[in-house]
Amino acid sequence: MAFAAFTTAEAQPQAPRKSSRIALLLLLPGILYLVLFFLTPLVSLLLTSLQAPLEYGDIGQYQYAFNWQNYVDVMTAYWPHILRSFGYALAATVFALLFSYPLAYFIGVTARRWPLLQSLMLVLVIAPFFISFLLRTLAWKQILSDESFVITSLKALSLLGPDAHFTGTPFAVIFGLTYNFIPFMTLPLYTTLERLDLRYLEAGSDLYANPFTVFRKITIPLSMPGIVAGTLLTFIPAAGDYVNASRDFLGGPDTQMMGNVIEANFLVLLNYPAAAALSIILMAAILVLVGVYVKRSGTEDLL
Amino acid sequence: MSGEVQAAAVLGGLAESEQSELAGRGPRAGGPVRSRRVGLGTWLLPAYTVIAFVFLLIPIVYTFVFSFNDSVKSNIAWRGFTFDKWLNVCNVEGGAVCEAFANSVIIGVVATIIATTLGTMIAIALVRYRFRARSVISLLLFLPMATPEVVLGAGLAAQFLAVGVPKDMTTIILAHTMFCISFVVVTVKARVASLDPALEEAGRDLYGSPSQVFWRVTFPLLTPGIIAAALLSFALSFDDFIITNFNSGSVSTFPKYVYISASRGIPAEANVIASAVFLFALVLVIGAQVSRAARAKRLAKLG
Amino acid sequence: MAVREFAERGADLELVGIQKRFPGFTAIQDLDLKIPAGSFFALLGPSGCGKTTTLRLVAGLEEPTQGRILIGGKDVTSTRSHERPVNTVFQSYALFPHMSIIENVAFGLKRRRIADPVGKAHEALRLVELDHLAQRRPQQLSGGQQQRVALARAIVNRPALLLLDEPLGALDLKLRRQMQLELKTIQEEVGLTFLHVTHDQEEAMTMADTVAVMNKGAIEQMGAPAQLYDLPRTVFVANFLGQSNLFSGEVVGSTDTAVSVDVGGTRLVVPKARAHRHNGAVTVGVRPEKVSLHIEAPAPSADRNVVGPGRVLDVSFSGVSTQYLVDVPGHGTVLVFAQNTGSGPSVGVGDEVWSSWLVEHGFGLDDGAVETDRFPADDSTTAIAAQRRDDLVAELGEG
Repeated sequence: MAFAAFTTAEAQPQAPRKSSRIALLLLLPGILYLVLFFLTPLVSLLLTSLQAPLEYGDIGQYQYAFNWQNYVDVMTAYWPHILRSFGYALAATVFALLFSYPLAYFIGVTARRWPLLQSLMLVLVIAPFFISFLLRTLAWKQILSDESFVITSLKALSLLGPDAHFTGTPFAVIFGLTYNFIPFMTLPLYTTLERLDLRYLEAGSDLYANPFTVFRKITIPLSMPGIVAGTLLTFIPAAGDYVNASRDFLGGPDTQMMGNVIEANFLVLLNYPAAAALSIILMAAILVLVGVYVKRSGTEDLL
Repeated sequence: MSGEVQAAAVLGGLAESEQSELAGRGPRAGGPVRSRRVGLGTWLLPAYTVIAFVFLLIPIVYTFVFSFNDSVKSNIAWRGFTFDKWLNVCNVEGGAVCEAFANSVIIGVVATIIATTLGTMIAIALVRYRFRARSVISLLLFLPMATPEVVLGAGLAAQFLAVGVPKDMTTIILAHTMFCISFVVVTVKARVASLDPALEEAGRDLYGSPSQVFWRVTFPLLTPGIIAAALLSFALSFDDFIITNFNSGSVSTFPKYVYISASRGIPAEANVIASAVFLFALVLVIGAQVSRAARAKRLAKLG
Repeated sequence: MAVREFAERGADLELVGIQKRFPGFTAIQDLDLKIPAGSFFALLGPSGCGKTTTLRLVAGLEEPTQGRILIGGKDVTSTRSHERPVNTVFQSYALFPHMSIIENVAFGLKRRRIADPVGKAHEALRLVELDHLAQRRPQQLSGGQQQRVALARAIVNRPALLLLDEPLGALDLKLRRQMQLELKTIQEEVGLTFLHVTHDQEEAMTMADTVAVMNKGAIEQMGAPAQLYDLPRTVFVANFLGQSNLFSGEVVGSTDTAVSVDVGGTRLVVPKARAHRHNGAVTVGVRPEKVSLHIEAPAPSADRNVVGPGRVLDVSFSGVSTQYLVDVPGHGTVLVFAQNTGSGPSVGVGDEVWSSWLVEHGFGLDDGAVETDRFPADDSTTAIAAQRRDDLVAELGEG
């Protein structure tokens, strides 16, 4: 999916593929590993989500059961967090798209004449990844904290009220999410725009479309695969993120997302069933999205 | 989670497109060179791009600058410039920072080796061979990339818990390998798909046995893709926090250390390590791009 | 804006003093061109000669470094392409892949807010006999069908000037011939001005009312196809448009009506009316199909030029005619096309023959660079690298 959208090299026409036992040999170790450490844990998660507390047991001790009640409990207790997670993720995705599209357009279309510059600009886009993502987020926390230069100046200019905060608010969390996922949005957009045949734009102009119309009716539809890939790649991890919303980073007491709650339940409260149930809910929502995508584009394109 | 994958895929893809130019396939499709009318519109996009890059790089610069801060406990207020932290990186907190860093490196290396091996095998099988379970396997490989890290982390933790395995380095390595495999597959698959099958056919035509053809023709050609995948896998593992947090028990990794210290104050030494890693990675990537461009220029000048 | 209305008929095109420089090379040096309204005009030349650049300048996709462009008497040099009453049939067709055929064809009409765009689009598709495929996507059509859709998409807008950028290049021979006829018919029916850019001289001569031969950014000669063919002005035109036998020599005598040129000992006579130069070193020539072969030395005559004896090097049968290559010492090789009417001398390789032609068929050129090598020396790696670079530059600058 994402990756057909990524690779800039053209795939060669392959020779008719051979059906072979070698294929099995090659696939087996890796697939087995994934089954063991990916599928099975998901099943474990499902089972855990249905557990009930052990009678007379300590905190953290559970037994297997079919305690569907867990799901109800979790949804009643945490529905604000669930909605908030999807809401923040959606906002971050939209902002990331608005920010990244012009950037990707410049690198992929305007800068086509200078391939070395293109490579260097791409390096700059992914450069933030070379610094630990926790430190990046912390840097913003400090740059935008109440005592920082930025905030105090904005207050001095009366653009912000004297009691206003930035950190600890939903805006800060969305800001952090947007920032951290910009490269996820920019790169698929870049790959699609890089392959855009400019002759279509010329044809549009030849047929009396002004530059804005050309953009709206030709460039955007033709860059749709990149937009979809970028959106999925941003929204999915953003929905489950908890670092940005954590109190030690950009979040506050009212900005907790699903991820924070899952972490708290699992590692602190030792309420494994609750954590597992929430995870399954999150996973289910994501699978629905992926399902819609696969239905429209098939599985060949996934990888 | 991983814009790094896109990074490696795109950079790998960039390398390939440059190679195809070397092979004489000429400029990329996109029409003839157009000379644009110079007006206000022409400067808007480049100006936006510059601002966008500055924005992207702010936290990096911040982290880097604060690695020189003469801080005592928390690295928030600027106290003075010093090289001390760079020179005595491992002194602070009884070497906790360096220990965390070392753990991250070890985990990264081991997980990379396993994931790259397994992933490469799968990638080759997927591209070159025909088998019935293709769509199921594609889906299975795609899901770990689409699953939010909280879910992956919680799932594995639940599984380890259920089986009774204590959490330590081994569980971390197992976890990291799991999510790296998919990314390796995607990166190598892109590379395999862009290989000209005629090269292997030539190898067979010149009396090479299947295993000779593989080791002497296919594998060397795949190497850039495998290296890109390995680098990607290492980067993912090194920077991973969420999944590690769920599965590490008491073992400290660098991101985990940063997260835990966030509440009480991160020492400047963490900034030092992060900056060092950043510079190293940046030099590596830029060096690779520049040397490729130089090599391409040299080849074009021959004669 | 003139663009809102359909043109009633084609407009004329005028290029004045056009110069186009790209970073690193000059595509067009100094171009002056006038194309009358309603004509089918062909711009003919090899790759890299500047013809595609000229087309793009007229379409508004490029801006000239210097000079002016006038359409229908109006200066459009600074008008942008979406405001010019010009449409292009692109070499690659550039049909929008995300729209159906009918949406493609209606695109320009919708942008101009023309009433009933879909109805008119259907009409245009009927003109090219593709209306039954209106709902398909471009990827679902064959190359020839795509080409017709591209044509319909341009024509439906009734532009004052229709530009065709080597539109038939990707079609096979039979389809190409078919399309050539169709284009000519449509142009006559609709009455628009067509500017057709091509490197195929046969195509240019078949379709166009006027042909301009371009080389290295300048027009070498312009005129009706027959005129150009019968009386080429330069060596380039003589060799690019059809083939020629060229001979270089000094003018040694002249009368009221003709000049005599000494070529390696033989006297060749060319009428003054057909010679651009009347003294000094000149190059004269004759078309291969005007040359006859004789197995015996023909009697000298005032109205024929004779070259020979020579030996036949090669005989190539190509259906309609046979091509003979004769080696004449002192003159190089002479090319002769003989129509296979079944009569006339039939000669074989090695035979001794004389070649002759009517004086009034000869022509005298305005310049005189004659290539002596068949293949220029190109085996040094520097030359190869330089050639690759030039090709790349040409490709970048020219479609």
